[in-house]
Amino acid sequence: MLLVEHFPVIIVGLSMFLAYTMLLAGYINRRLPFFMSLAMNFFFLFLSIFVLNHVLTEGPIRYWQGGWRPPWGIEYVVDAMNAYLLIIVISIVILGLIYSKRNVEFEIEERKHVTFYTLIQLMAAGLYGITVTGDLFNMFIWLEIASLTAYALIAVAGGRALRPAYNYVIMGSIGACLYIFGVCWLYSATGTLNFADMRLLLPLVYDNKAVQMGFAMIVVGVMIKAYIFPLHLWQPDVYTYAPSTVSSMMASVHVKVMFYILLRLFYSVFTLDFIRHYIGLDLVICWVAAAAILAGSIWAIKQRNLRRMLAYSSVSQMGYILLGVGLSPLSPWGLVGAVAHILNHAVGKGCLFMCAGAIRQQEGLRDIRDFEGLGKKMPHVCAAFTIAAFSMIGIPFTAGFASKVFLIIASLDASQYPFVAVLLISGLLNLVYFWRVIDRMYFARHRGADDPAEAASDAPATVQEAAPSGPSNSAKSGRPLPLSMIAPILALASLCIILGVIWLTDIPSPLINHILSNLRMEATI
Amino acid sequence: MTELMTPLIALLCPLVASALILLCRKHPNIREAWTIAASIAMFLLVLSMAPLIAGGETVRCILFQSMFKDIYIGFKVDAFGEIFAITASSLWVLVSFYSIGYMRALKEHAQTRYFFAFCFAIMGAVGVALSANLITLFLFFEVITVSTYPLVIHEQTPEALAAGHKYLAYLMPAGAFLLLGITITYYLSGTTEFTPGGIRALASASPIVVTGLFFAFLLGFMKAAWMPFHSWLPTAMIAPSPVSALLHAVAVVKAGVFGIVRIVGYVLGMDLMQEVGLWLALACIAGFTMIVGSFFAITQDNLKRRLAYSTISQLSYIILGAALLTRDSIEGAMLHIPFHGYMKITLFLCAGAILAATGKTKVSEMAGLGKKMPVTMLAFSVAAIGMAGIPPVCGFISKLFLCKGAYAVGSPYGLAFLAVILISSLLDVIYFFPIILTAFFKSPAGTAEETGGAGEGGREKITEAPLLMVAPLAITALLSLAFFFNQNIFYIYDLARMAISDLFGGG
Amino acid sequence: MMEWIVQHFLEKYNFWIAMFIIIIGLTATIVKKNFLKKLIGLSIFQTAFFLWVVSLGDVGRDILTSWGLKTQTPPILWMQAAEKGYIYANPLPHVLMLTGIVVSAATTAVALAIVIRIYQKYGTIEEDEIIEKEMEFERRGVL
Repeated sequence: MLLVEHFPVIIVGLSMFLAYTMLLAGYINRRLPFFMSLAMNFFFLFLSIFVLNHVLTEGPIRYWQGGWRPPWGIEYVVDAMNAYLLIIVISIVILGLIYSKRNVEFEIEERKHVTFYTLIQLMAAGLYGITVTGDLFNMFIWLEIASLTAYALIAVAGGRALRPAYNYVIMGSIGACLYIFGVCWLYSATGTLNFADMRLLLPLVYDNKAVQMGFAMIVVGVMIKAYIFPLHLWQPDVYTYAPSTVSSMMASVHVKVMFYILLRLFYSVFTLDFIRHYIGLDLVICWVAAAAILAGSIWAIKQRNLRRMLAYSSVSQMGYILLGVGLSPLSPWGLVGAVAHILNHAVGKGCLFMCAGAIRQQEGLRDIRDFEGLGKKMPHVCAAFTIAAFSMIGIPFTAGFASKVFLIIASLDASQYPFVAVLLISGLLNLVYFWRVIDRMYFARHRGADDPAEAASDAPATVQEAAPSGPSNSAKSGRPLPLSMIAPILALASLCIILGVIWLTDIPSPLINHILSNLRMEATI
Repeated sequence: MTELMTPLIALLCPLVASALILLCRKHPNIREAWTIAASIAMFLLVLSMAPLIAGGETVRCILFQSMFKDIYIGFKVDAFGEIFAITASSLWVLVSFYSIGYMRALKEHAQTRYFFAFCFAIMGAVGVALSANLITLFLFFEVITVSTYPLVIHEQTPEALAAGHKYLAYLMPAGAFLLLGITITYYLSGTTEFTPGGIRALASASPIVVTGLFFAFLLGFMKAAWMPFHSWLPTAMIAPSPVSALLHAVAVVKAGVFGIVRIVGYVLGMDLMQEVGLWLALACIAGFTMIVGSFFAITQDNLKRRLAYSTISQLSYIILGAALLTRDSIEGAMLHIPFHGYMKITLFLCAGAILAATGKTKVSEMAGLGKKMPVTMLAFSVAAIGMAGIPPVCGFISKLFLCKGAYAVGSPYGLAFLAVILISSLLDVIYFFPIILTAFFKSPAGTAEETGGAGEGGREKITEAPLLMVAPLAITALLSLAFFFNQNIFYIYDLARMAISDLFGGG
Repeated sequence: MMEWIVQHFLEKYNFWIAMFIIIIGLTATIVKKNFLKKLIGLSIFQTAFFLWVVSLGDVGRDILTSWGLKTQTPPILWMQAAEKGYIYANPLPHVLMLTGIVVSAATTAVALAIVIRIYQKYGTIEEDEIIEKEMEFERRGVL
């Protein structure tokens, strides 16, 4: 075997090993775990680039754990979709780590730092594992590793985060249990747990009720994990109260990897044939996605807390990806749109949550109504917020515009015209709630000397508002934001624009072609 | 088809300048110098393409080929695009000087943001002019919308913020409709290229679909301020005068009508418009806007709002010219784009000068200004005469072509629209001339009592606005005059001829 | 009639019993307001699930294979099994569920830790009381 074929398992195995080593190293020196984690994740990014290169030139990587051949052994399969996702996950983990260094010092007690970084590394290991594995049960294991660490990471914030964390534990565990329940139904009908083997055996038993039951349970379980409407109820509270780094990383990559489980299931285990003919789900998925898109946006408009607004916005954006998946039996562009949006949303939402954390850290503000004049106090963060918000709205030359265009073309190609309207309307809804924030940040009332009367009449109003919203202004550091927090924010914001331009060009097309062909869709580009 | 990098470099000028403006925000003179330099550079680059294009070439510059077949981001400068590009870039030079004078005279806040956003807005406008297909046009269109928002709400008063929200509430959904229209076009025909005479494949679509597509595009071009979706424009007059002048009289609204003419001539095509009967719908909308806009203008006392309604009405001349589908009417429309641009900008610049020098915004307060600010009011008068279509100012030329075009339609409809044009011109006289009369022939003594305390010291201290403001408006007024005598300044007439021959073939 | 009952109920008794307990567990999780009871419900759900999966490994008491009539024995390796005429039950479900039990234990541990912290913070583990306390803390600005 070539060296590069070992890289996926090296990434996953070393991550796990690293996590425990970090815990021990934390006893020697408190500051060591962070640097170990950062250094090793850079190393993994380096490896994953070689993996992507190998997959695009030679073909998928198949690694047999322990040398046991499938279908008895556990297999790791990396094809273009995996490799693409792996790079995204590792990059966002790195950016999140860089951001977390000073943010964690502010938000979390000193004694918890070592375990915090250990848990982040374990969650990253779980995410890498889900991404590269080729076995259904192995996926459950990594899924649980990622989820358990996420539960703990959310509860680290203490205070208001505890009840949402508990909620998430219960609902997430039910979701994971449903996943493994479904896997066991599939196992009972086919006798195998390997993706490729399952794909060969399933068509023989497509009409077996056990198989259909298994499919349904896996889909519902993953829907709970990936907070697809209407099983998203745990998510807003969790994203609002979790530590900023955790919110950012979960919104950008954790949920994408959960979605990836769904993608693998739909395209590589059950082919689209099954979905089209035996379940007839494709349009149902599209309409659920449309509901998610609209409901998420409408709820977001009602929110005053910035992070809760971003949480509902994420629910809406998951609808976009699901819409792409739902349209893909009728048009390959749907899958292109979903795949593109995985990257675009990761970059945009990650940036937005990091900005929210930065605003809370420097100015102690959580409520949108208090953001007046923030554009002057935190120029870089607000500029990045604006660019990332443009990406979410879908303004041209940003990343979000590209995925929106792909989805619109997919809807037209599939002759499902209502979804074009849904997509355009959702862009306008996103505009409403993001513009509110941008407006407050930059274009606040000009309290000039020419209207003293207005300033006086403002004062009592704000005093009245201050009482109920007092606790929303928490402690703040007051010091200017350190570079280690601004740099990832700016990096992600510039990626929004750079990716926006790249998606308009021809550059991604080899990658897209490979992804489509690896997921067994005809490449019509 | 010549492959040149000039379009790209011309657009990079404002882009680079915006970055430099941001960097030099602490040094106002250097910051302003970047704007001036970029505007002059862009104008010269755009003008340099004009002889080539007037001779029949088109300049092409492809930026990116996308993953979709036949969708690419690029520029293809043909004669019509060059007309708009020259208008926008030449006027940016003049308005830059004016802006500097205005901002400094009024000691405005947030000047860096203003110049920064202005660069992007002009980049958007010229990008729209130079674009090769609907997708590129859409991209730059949205750049215009987003970048003009900070300019509209510049004052940051509650009215300005509300005006900004209304502005976006009209123009962002318009963007959504435009995207809808573009994707339907791509889906029906597999291309979004601007082809003179229309995209062939669209002709085979059913008339209902074509009508729906046309209205999607029309709603997408709400920037053209056609009624009843016009009210964002008077509300946006709360922006500073240079913004109203260049953007809302020239760049933003002209981008809208530019888009409509592109749709009529280069996407749907005149034959299809004739066949499905859409020309009549568009002409009726235009005619309605012309008359009603003029009526509204008569009722406005605020000078800028009056000019705004005048703009709404004049834009519909261009739309009507495009809708009538004859050689002369489209040529009149294409000529009206620059001519009206120069005249309207003169009017707005004068309004700004009056505001800066005297603080007056209402027509009723302008008595006696003719003596105190002779250059300004003389320029105003020249432009107003031109707007009404009276020689020797260039407005007469474009209106003449429009009238000839309306007559050439032949059917009774043509005569009806000819009557509409004439009535509207008459109404133009009705709302412009009182301003001139008030300024020159009414004495200010009558107004001192009305304005009460505000008149204190006013009479003695009113003089012309600073030179940086007066010089540009004088230049645009002179250009308006000059265009009457030589329509080929900046190659405008040759380009219009070339565009017509592109569309109609030969001659 | 009798065959129908036998075929759908008696032959699949493991499915029925497991599903019944699963439903009990799920109901407890959803309906109960006390956090510990929810957790217990989750545990019941997961344990019943493991029970069911392990029961899938049952290959039948006496089963005719290509090597003759064999009796089932639990999947623990012993050397004389082949000579004595035994066949192993399917070990895979057992193994998978061992892993699952570990996961379930870890989940329970994390959940219990959170419950303890909640109790320390709010002094109660009933959901409605906690929500009330949360609102009060928020009003007082304590959280």
